[in-house]
Amino acid sequence: MAEDNNKATFVVISGDMDKVFAAFIMATGCAAAGMDTTLFFTFWGLNAIKTGKIAKPDSFLGKMMAVMNRGGINRLNPSKFSFAGIGRGLFKKMMSDTNVASLPELRDMARELCVHFQACKMSMDVMGISQEDLIPEVTDIVGVATMVNNASKSKIQMFI
Amino acid sequence: MDVKADVVQDSIGQMCPMPIAYMARNMRKMEVGKVLEIQSDDDGAHADIPAWCEQTGNQFLGEEQAGDYVRYFVKKTVA
Repeated sequence: MAEDNNKATFVVISGDMDKVFAAFIMATGCAAAGMDTTLFFTFWGLNAIKTGKIAKPDSFLGKMMAVMNRGGINRLNPSKFSFAGIGRGLFKKMMSDTNVASLPELRDMARELCVHFQACKMSMDVMGISQEDLIPEVTDIVGVATMVNNASKSKIQMFI
Repeated sequence: MDVKADVVQDSIGQMCPMPIAYMARNMRKMEVGKVLEIQSDDDGAHADIPAWCEQTGNQFLGEEQAGDYVRYFVKKTVA
């Protein structure tokens, strides 16, 4: 459908609610404009594509991480005014009051417009995250070379 | 405006990027030559819908105030 260089690549390293919002909105905009769009989630960004169930990695540190960094799109905190979790609810209320789509809605829309969700294999290994801890929409578990290959063909590349 | 829409999209109450996202989805399902009417009360759509048309090569036919929302008309010209 899209020409080979009509691509957009977003590297999402942040797990902050506001930054993930920006990533999904821009990716949706690119996909709506007919671009072949990829979101590459790495490190804290992986929290945006976790199921939200507590993972059960083998290592002790991995288990600690799974509890302290549980993730799931509804558990992301804003980068400012987080107030130990209260800010999250505050922003959700303000957004729903102004009819702004929620993060899960945006993520669903991105998928509907065929945005590709890729997860960084190395970050998953470090944090003890396995594929079943991620939502089924994540089809590709890849490394930096795949990201670079996509980015080199993209008109828009962003690091969030 | 004297334009007959083939498909009408109710985006009243939606905010960026949803009117654009639904427009893209609807346009994908439509045949070339058909006209989509987007009803929106998001002021951002005023700039965004023509911008999307420029980006994708589809034709922006115009807009019309209709009470507390605006009707935007877009013709599919690209397969």
